[in-house]
Amino acid sequence: MARRVALFATCLIDALFPDAGRATVELLERLGQPVEFPLEQTCCGQMHANSGYFEADLVRRYVDIFDPYDAVVVPSGSCAGAIRHQHPMIARAAGDEALAARAEATADKTYELSQFLIDVLGTDDVGAYFPHRVTYHPTCHSLRMLGVGDRPLRLLRNVRGIDLVELPRWDECCGFGGTFAVKNVDTSAAMLADKMEAVIETGAEVLCAGDRSCLMHIGGGLGRIRAGIRTLHLAEILASAEAA
Amino acid sequence: MSSGETIWTDDPPFPENARKALTDSQLRRNLRKATTTIRERRNGLIGEMADWQELRAAGAAIKDDVLSNVERYLEQFEQAATAHGAQVHWARDADEANSIVASLIEATGEREVIKVKSMATQEIGLVPALARRGIDAYETDLAEMIVQLGHDRPSHIVVPAIHKNRAEIREIFLREMDDAPPDLTDDPQALAEAARRHLRRKFFESKVAISGANFAIAESGSLLVSESEGNGRMCLTLPRTLISVVGIEKLIPTFRDLEVFLQLLPRSATGERMNPYNTVWTGVTPGDGPQEVHIVLLDNGRTNVLRDEIGRQALRCIRCAACLNVCPVYERTGGHAYGATYPGPIGAVLTPQLVGVEHASKLPFASTLCGYCYEVCPVKIDIPTVLVKLRHDVVRAQRHPAEAALFAAAGKAMKGRRRWTQALRLAPLMRFVRRGGPPPLSRWTDVRDLPEPPRRSFRDWWVKEHEQR
Repeated sequence: MARRVALFATCLIDALFPDAGRATVELLERLGQPVEFPLEQTCCGQMHANSGYFEADLVRRYVDIFDPYDAVVVPSGSCAGAIRHQHPMIARAAGDEALAARAEATADKTYELSQFLIDVLGTDDVGAYFPHRVTYHPTCHSLRMLGVGDRPLRLLRNVRGIDLVELPRWDECCGFGGTFAVKNVDTSAAMLADKMEAVIETGAEVLCAGDRSCLMHIGGGLGRIRAGIRTLHLAEILASAEAA
Repeated sequence: MSSGETIWTDDPPFPENARKALTDSQLRRNLRKATTTIRERRNGLIGEMADWQELRAAGAAIKDDVLSNVERYLEQFEQAATAHGAQVHWARDADEANSIVASLIEATGEREVIKVKSMATQEIGLVPALARRGIDAYETDLAEMIVQLGHDRPSHIVVPAIHKNRAEIREIFLREMDDAPPDLTDDPQALAEAARRHLRRKFFESKVAISGANFAIAESGSLLVSESEGNGRMCLTLPRTLISVVGIEKLIPTFRDLEVFLQLLPRSATGERMNPYNTVWTGVTPGDGPQEVHIVLLDNGRTNVLRDEIGRQALRCIRCAACLNVCPVYERTGGHAYGATYPGPIGAVLTPQLVGVEHASKLPFASTLCGYCYEVCPVKIDIPTVLVKLRHDVVRAQRHPAEAALFAAAGKAMKGRRRWTQALRLAPLMRFVRRGGPPPLSRWTDVRDLPEPPRRSFRDWWVKEHEQR
């Protein structure tokens, strides 16, 4: 029986960065893995939780919607990390052990995009073509909360035509941190400045990451200083193919 | 002489302290250089340990056992220490501990005492408390001495003068140290020599010393202090009377457990394979070392922390400060911004729990949750998770009505497909505030653009492409 896979697009991509969602769908279809997009989906509740507002209703919503699928793909390390590590805690804080157990089960079949490609589909060469100078920022939640390791880089290294350059001090946080970016704007701006300096140092024309949220922050900073560097989600590069 | 009062408040709050600290370019340079150096040394040493993850797990498990059975281990410790001639005192809070220590010193008739570096005594504000009773306590750890001479506050758990460079240290010595050579240079060796001569006098004159402890061994009633300079050992061996203030979470069950912790601690703290000086003492040894040994066991909020299932793991902490050295926030703001004895990520989870979230409500938010602290923690404290849990406690303790309303509205929109679809239709309005919005949006747009809103949402594209074909 064919695997039923759902896309959890995340609220941010749904609202502001549809191109990253489209690229994810097109990439997976090209690899022969169609996805469904359950229209009831909204948000995993991470922004609320990280600000101290625990929304067990959003956890329940996620579990109810995605429980029927064999796997869920999330084009965000941060949201996938929240689903895996925060959902059971939020359910428990609300005193709902049954929900916590279901949340754990659903979290177990929830994959960040690079994990899904390599661990589930078993490929690190998706046949992409992207003839540009690119640097990759491994976002903290992908790297440390989720432990995606070098999966995104393995995928990028196999892209035809790409000039992939290492980002100096790549393991350093960009300073986004959700509402940290506004609650501690001065510290966030200082971290952003250092990250932008590192990005500019590479001479890349594209900054790539697996999280649109961090890219919104770094890209917003690069835009403000007119750095002339685009930000693209990993899916957007992997979905690019040579015109036939 | 005072090393500053213990501060446990939001006044001024972290974001404000941080803003001020960020303008100090000298501080930024000092911090970056120092934390990068320690971090690289630490990472190099961890790389040569094949069983590092197992050691971390063992450290966490031993501490969890202590925390689950703290009463039993405390009694065992008291019995063993007493049997070896130590006198054990119990202090519920800072005031009790300070007054016990002051009375013990007064009973000796001394007015001057020397100190080993200790976080517990910083936490209770012992030095200023003693000063109020007419007792001068001199810090003998080099960095603590620099901080004390400079009428400053420590800004790091292991390297308290990390915010000062050697030129600044030379200035402090020349200004504040009565026997500093007038031709003192900022050569590290010259600075250390000046400090050495200054401290030697104190070591030989003092009859009473105060310390903390890195570990309290329950089975034998022994205490252990780990240090790099040997100044601690001077204090622990030369005076007649030794008084140690020890947090109840410093317990470990057996001497053998040191096998784990003496591998974890030096690598994590200073990036060394072992500490140059590990001093262990068990009560009184007749004719050798201090002949009057006191141990003050300190609670000061710790049993409250034990009640919290998620938060209690913070009490595993062995004060190595590895989390400070990797924290991108600490690296930029320094320790003073946290306004408390314990700065950095561990401080952000420890302080609010020890004093109540209502008194330190900004600290749980002083983190991007990047997770580097958890990755390096030698006793596996999941600091990001504890931070999120404490944010939840803050929100419940004191609601910020405007913020709560915003989150409630967003939450409501996210709980129904129709409401969410309607909310997404508002995205194009963002075009008008991309480069400058009203508060609180301005706190985003002051430093970064908002993205150019898309023509349509992802779901609108999906419905058009997939549902209608």
